[in-house]
Amino acid sequence: MERIVYRELRSTPKVWGFMALCAAFVGAAGIEVYYVEKYGSIVTGLNNQIVWGVPHVFAIFLIIAASGALNVSSIGSVFGKMAYKPVARLANLLAISLLMGGLAVLVLDLGRPDRLIMAMYTYNFTSIFAWNILLYSGFMGVVAVYLYTLMARGVDPRALKAASLLAFVWRLALTTGTGSIFGWLVARTAYDSAIMAPMFIAMSFSFGMAMFMLVMILTTSLTRRVYSPELRTRQARLLGVFVAAVLYFVIVHHLSNIYLAKKTAYESWILLNGGIYTWLFWGGQILIGSILPMILLFHPRIDTKKGYVLLAALLVVIGGFAQLYVIIVGGQAFPLDIFPGFEVSSSFSDGVINEYTPSLGEFFLGLGGIALALMIAGLGMKFLRIVPDNLSDDNVDPAALAD
Amino acid sequence: MNKLLTSLLVMAALLVSPSYAQGLFPDIPKALGEPHPEGNEFWRINHPALLAHDRDLTVIEGIRDIDASLKSCVACHAVTGPASDPLPVTAESPEFSCRVCHEYVAVKISCFDCHASTPEEADFALVLPSYGGTPASLRAYLERISQ
Amino acid sequence: MIIPSEKPNGAEISRRDILKSGAALATVTLAPGVTLMAFGGTAKAAGDDGLKPNARWGLLIDAAKCPEDCSACVSACSTEQGWENNGLDTDPQWIRKVTLREKETGRTNSLPVMCQHCEKPPCVDVCPTGASFKREDGIVLVNRHTCIGCRYCMMACPFKARSFVAEPVTGQRTSTPRGKGTVESCNLCVHKIDRGDGTTACVEACTATGNNAMMFGDLNDPESDIAKAVSTYASVELRADLGLNLGVRYQNI
Repeated sequence: MERIVYRELRSTPKVWGFMALCAAFVGAAGIEVYYVEKYGSIVTGLNNQIVWGVPHVFAIFLIIAASGALNVSSIGSVFGKMAYKPVARLANLLAISLLMGGLAVLVLDLGRPDRLIMAMYTYNFTSIFAWNILLYSGFMGVVAVYLYTLMARGVDPRALKAASLLAFVWRLALTTGTGSIFGWLVARTAYDSAIMAPMFIAMSFSFGMAMFMLVMILTTSLTRRVYSPELRTRQARLLGVFVAAVLYFVIVHHLSNIYLAKKTAYESWILLNGGIYTWLFWGGQILIGSILPMILLFHPRIDTKKGYVLLAALLVVIGGFAQLYVIIVGGQAFPLDIFPGFEVSSSFSDGVINEYTPSLGEFFLGLGGIALALMIAGLGMKFLRIVPDNLSDDNVDPAALAD
Repeated sequence: MNKLLTSLLVMAALLVSPSYAQGLFPDIPKALGEPHPEGNEFWRINHPALLAHDRDLTVIEGIRDIDASLKSCVACHAVTGPASDPLPVTAESPEFSCRVCHEYVAVKISCFDCHASTPEEADFALVLPSYGGTPASLRAYLERISQ
Repeated sequence: MIIPSEKPNGAEISRRDILKSGAALATVTLAPGVTLMAFGGTAKAAGDDGLKPNARWGLLIDAAKCPEDCSACVSACSTEQGWENNGLDTDPQWIRKVTLREKETGRTNSLPVMCQHCEKPPCVDVCPTGASFKREDGIVLVNRHTCIGCRYCMMACPFKARSFVAEPVTGQRTSTPRGKGTVESCNLCVHKIDRGDGTTACVEACTATGNNAMMFGDLNDPESDIAKAVSTYASVELRADLGLNLGVRYQNI
């Protein structure tokens, strides 16, 4: 087994082409932001009933995936699985860049992003949102330190262990915070549940692993480096387990809601007659996002089926977007139950399912966030020694191979 | 030697360049009411801090008997429009009194994104004592200066 | 108004003086906020600020006296506060008339719904910048200077009381600044209360129509009409199960 060699990416036309494509998407997002800042959110699909839309779906997906991407390096450093250690640097870089992309979308979606710095010194510490801002910024610092311990020479192994443990605990806090943004809202039937936090943790494992594998496949194919089939197989199996975990939490969440009489109306709407939301739940989240990937990932010969792995990771990501759309937008679409036992109507959309038609610009903003994350990751890989050059099966720990 | 001389001349020119703007100094519109007792220089320097401080007192603590609310600033510093439309100009117009200075110093203000930039009838009461104490006398003054 | 002192010879204020006074101003500016946050906005000594000491402003609405076809309260608020709702789902609505139909019995009713000025407002808890805050006299407001437009308070409000300003605004009322990118809701006509009008625009309008369905007053003042009414006749809070202790109470829903 050779020592793993990390090498910067070479500037091939393929790499440049990909970065140019990302830059185009980032530019499109910039145009959308300028347009919204000038004319107000009236030019988007947002209204007084659905206040968090497509940009938030993208932003929260990226933030959850960032926390899960870090998990890949935590498996190596905290849980001692040798096979994951060669990709720890890439996982850390990806965690930072995905978080940056997600935060960029979140901040640019604000009504007054120019006020963000000014608002920093009127902090409200009872707000989980405010805590999240601290957790997100701290996460970038902690992961940067962790990356340093991975990359620098002569670092005490205990320092690496401490940094990796801190990063792991920090990301659990961060993801719990993100889930609690929804879980601690008593107002809405769809949220208002302690299970949102652990469900988001499970989602972070799943989406993070899927995004990592997609980026790994993309990078190794653009640069003609090797993605060890053994590592890929292990990650595929693990992704299957994570997808199952998410499905478990979703089942528990909905079963519990069905049992609670005051939540049955919401459940019957979202599961049976919620239109787009029902389609996205059953078709997007369950079929595409959970069942199909599990079938692919638990295939007995998955080690030979590179295409299955790529497809499964893509399906998990698509299913993840569907799941977040159902949670974030579907949760707002269902009317507030201000007068239990009454049918309600008013001039402010009381008692009716709230409508939302996302504008194209909102999708551009969200895609721009993904593109920004990939650009930052790409720049990191280009200038730093992040991506292993010789990650073939022979160079995965032989003791682990014997398992 | 030439290089040194040239760079010294360029630096000197840059240092005195603000004085070239003397000719561009804005024509600050005269306000309606009594001048501030503290003097224009004081207000020119301190109005950001005072505005920010007073707004926190008003919004968060409900203290409104501070010596000047933004309404009275807007009423007193109202600039009448052209003869065709003599109503006070809004912040959209470059003649608006805050914009005249702020565009000169290139400091963007967003106060009037939210705050009304023209006074309502009731606000002129805050400026009235200087003009005989009635809306009619104020209106007469405004008509006179718009001619 | 607190004015930093000028030098005795009338010269311009020096930069040092500005810094000193700026530090003092900054402390005075931040201290109330910190105090409010640290002590949860408990009542201060009388005369410390412009508010009536130990007041809790609230509304009492009798749904039985509210006709379905009357929206005087909505029009009055709209005029007083300078907002307009033309039916678009992006238009603001600080107060709205809601028509109810009881599912089991078919009985219909109507009443106005606005910000309920909770004692434990979820919107205040979740606002990351503290822009959504509760004044000591119980009025829940948005400090638009600090609002960054994240809309989390709109997600958190159980009564859908808040609106987001989606377009640039012109022609505001001078007492009610409103601008694009901030969140707004019923502020219990705080400008009218602070200048001593003793009522809100919606209550004034309702009284003027003769329906007298709405009453405004200080819930903490045992001599006020509203305190006497709620201690004599049954009244309920909306979503009482949430335990937020609202400032707006309803009768005969």
